Amino acid sequence: MANDEAKRPGVEGLSRRTFLKSVGAGSVGAGLLPRGGESGAAQAAEAPAVVGPGETSITLSINGETREVSVEPRVTLLDALRNRLDLTGSKKVCDEGTCGACTVLYDGEPAYACSILAMEAEGHEITTVEGLGTPDELSAVQECFVKHDALQCGFCTPGFVVACTAYLRENPEPTPEEAQRGLGGNYCRCGTYAGMREAVLDAARILRGGE
Amino acid sequence: MPEAAAWPPQDERSVLGKKIPRLDGPDKVTGRAKYAFDINRPDMLYAKVLGAKHAAATVTEFDPSEAEAMEGVEAIWVQPDIDGKTIHYSGQVLAAVAAVTEEIAEEALHRIHVAYELRDPVTDDTTPEHGGNVDEDVRGSIEDVEQAFEDADVVSSGHYGCATITHCCLEPHGHVAEFRDGDLHIWASTQNVSRYGQGLTDTAELPQDRIHVICEHMGGGFGSKLGDDIWGRAAVHLAKVTGKPVKLLLDRDLEQQIAGSRPSSHADVEIALNNDGEILAWRSHDWGSGGQGGYNRPHLPYTLSNLSPAVMRTQRVATNRGSARAWRAPLHPNGCLITMAALEDAAAAIGMDALEFFLNHVVDLTNNAEAYREELPIAAEMISYQDKAHLRGDETPGPVKRGLGIALHQWGGMGHNSNADVTIHPDGSVEVACGTQDLGTGSRTVLAIVVGETLGLPVDRVHPKIGRNAYPISGASGGSTTIGGISAASRLAAVAARDALFERVAPELGVEPGELEARDGRVQEQGNPENGMSWEEACGVLGVDSLTERGECVPPQAAQAGLISAGAAGCQIADVSVDVETGVVKLNEFVCVQDCGLIVSMETARSQVFGGMIMGVSYALYEEAIYDPVNGVMLNPDLEFYRLASMAEVGDLKVHMMTGPRYDERGVIGLGEPPVIGPGAAISNAIANACGVRVGMMPMTPDRVIQALAEGGKLA
Ligand code: FES
Ligand code: FES
Repeated sequence: MANDEAKRPGVEGLSRRTFLKSVGAGSVGAGLLPRGGESGAAQAAEAPAVVGPGETSITLSINGETREVSVEPRVTLLDALRNRLDLTGSKKVCDEGTCGACTVLYDGEPAYACSILAMEAEGHEITTVEGLGTPDELSAVQECFVKHDALQCGFCTPGFVVACTAYLRENPEPTPEEAQRGLGGNYCRCGTYAGMREAVLDAARILRGGE
Repeated sequence: MPEAAAWPPQDERSVLGKKIPRLDGPDKVTGRAKYAFDINRPDMLYAKVLGAKHAAATVTEFDPSEAEAMEGVEAIWVQPDIDGKTIHYSGQVLAAVAAVTEEIAEEALHRIHVAYELRDPVTDDTTPEHGGNVDEDVRGSIEDVEQAFEDADVVSSGHYGCATITHCCLEPHGHVAEFRDGDLHIWASTQNVSRYGQGLTDTAELPQDRIHVICEHMGGGFGSKLGDDIWGRAAVHLAKVTGKPVKLLLDRDLEQQIAGSRPSSHADVEIALNNDGEILAWRSHDWGSGGQGGYNRPHLPYTLSNLSPAVMRTQRVATNRGSARAWRAPLHPNGCLITMAALEDAAAAIGMDALEFFLNHVVDLTNNAEAYREELPIAAEMISYQDKAHLRGDETPGPVKRGLGIALHQWGGMGHNSNADVTIHPDGSVEVACGTQDLGTGSRTVLAIVVGETLGLPVDRVHPKIGRNAYPISGASGGSTTIGGISAASRLAAVAARDALFERVAPELGVEPGELEARDGRVQEQGNPENGMSWEEACGVLGVDSLTERGECVPPQAAQAGLISAGAAGCQIADVSVDVETGVVKLNEFVCVQDCGLIVSMETARSQVFGGMIMGVSYALYEEAIYDPVNGVMLNPDLEFYRLASMAEVGDLKVHMMTGPRYDERGVIGLGEPPVIGPGAAISNAIANACGVRVGMMPMTPDRVIQALAEGGKLA
């Protein structure tokens, strides 16, 4: 699906997601588009013809389970998870791909769930923080976050846990500097980076089968 | 207050002050922790707020009919006096829509037709031109000040300031409201669980006892989540008229515009001093803006309570910006920046090393001289000050200059009024209930530690229950008051519960209650542990009835009993590199030495200090709410252009907590605010020390650094 990005007719200054989110169910005139751009009606003609504007039932593969969910084309994967499947571990903070709070594994790769449409996600393997471990059976990364107190309010924490899990799979032996940059796509407001730095390196050690 | 309630001596503590993992860690790292934003209720509606598009305007037309007619829109709440409403800042709340999905609610916002008549906004706070009356505060007399400036060897002067920043809580403000069986249930993101319902009684048309507030976890407040807010009342209204649960948490753009900010400050400062470093007098003129409302003088001269004569003149600039709210350590970071920068400039003006100047000429002007005199050398040692220090301006060749900067900070941190109930059940289980909240500060963990220590039990044997207004009333979490309030209340409750249990167990063991101790999971005779029983056996003596005792922290009494006190002091030193070609500042190392009296939970206390330092690096180098100079609208109400520091940008951090005699014996003192006060000042001073010029305004972004270098003739 990632390749479709290039095939779809581009609209300058207006992402597909912004476009779909703002056009919505009905036909909305250009004057009501929240962020500049061209006429909504003109774009509607180019939108995928097979779905929408109403709800369509889709099947998502989440944490190894198959879940049916009914969504409009404009619904993001994040909102589908949080609002329709009650998987609220992924947090909505910036809702525009900046902060990392909504990070999920998308076919094993870290991705911002706020920047993927739910419909795009059909056919992909999605893992949320809930799929990585439970309070009684923490993953190594989760264990290390607790051990090094890499959290305070905890609102950014699920995003970091998922990002860290993905990062260490690709980079099992990071230097401290590499690890910090590798997790640069996530923000924490409470300032838990000191604990996180220790947690990431400790988790890397454990995952490598170290002491 | 029972004498026995005093904290046990340091060497007799089993869990108090130890590194205990945060109790709610496993729930948070697995996504199981439910925040207000995560609450989903059957048939719940999603509500979104419509904010004004302009910063200065009058609403001339408001027509929600098209939105109302949309399928899926269930109700619209509109500001009562919408026609002709004066708009003071962008994002000002106009209406809220409740719909069956979030997407429909968002779309409906765009279909509400609003027309405005625009006015010219006031946006510029960089000069006092738009300021109000001058408020003057004089120590000694004006004549003394003038005379001191005339007599001084040197007058050091500078302009310092900081931009408006936002609280930027990652969980936005708001709540879920549900009327069920005639009662109102609220899942709120709040720093004030016990009192959150008070402001909702009118909207809910219910007495307080029918309003149930829940806040198990909350995603950051930093002073901005103390009340229920207009949007909170809107959500209650929408729940009431629709008869369905309503979730209303602000979208990010509104969160950034209207849910809290820290005022800007600007100041012209002059310090009169002698060539040997003696500080003679202070003169400052400051102004700043907290939007339409509050701007109070930051503490000036910060920490220098004993500097006299001095004159401070202040003006408030009312701008068309979202209103300021208490921002972690109100008035302190701004005052610290202005004062510490002016002091470091004064040291540079007489060619004196900053550490020497602070130790010999500054600390005696504060009320914390003894603490600072102990802490500064420790901080200097931690950052290898003596090896790295140089007078202003790094003379090494090449574009990257390195420098050190010092800041002192202080805070009150006296515990608040708080109540806690400790219940011991016949099966040996123990719970502590307190109407407090955990902002990520570790309240849950603290309660379990205190009760565990008192009853001789491991922390995981104590079940802390917080985050409900049904629990014993506790104070709002603001001003670093929580740790003192809840630790004293839970200590008193646990001591009372323990003593009540001793009364019941003593006859069984043939001793007086006063001869018993609870230790290592046993209740036993002091000095004769053989004569005792396991905790479970002891609790079994209660028969069928559980035992509950209430503890109340009344601050003056708790202070008198040695449980809590006020007055935390600390210092920070930053080591930065400045690229004088690009203006980019890099933090190399950053250390903090912190006193907070007796430490209850070492792990979460250290995290608080790291957190304050990191938040401080973020506001020192990156954060700024930018307002359009023409139309006054906030230009960066997002997380892309309102920049927070990321993990790689905060340097190597080191924390040293002052423990042991002279600190520990003071009892518990709040820690949330202190470490966030100094980073702007320390980093500003380090930049000046590195590149030889003062970057007066914070955040010290590359453009400001370049400008200061250019003005100072130091641009590479
Ligand atoms: S919520 Fe998706 S990146 Fe911020
Ligand atoms: S722990 Fe609060 S935002 Fe990261």
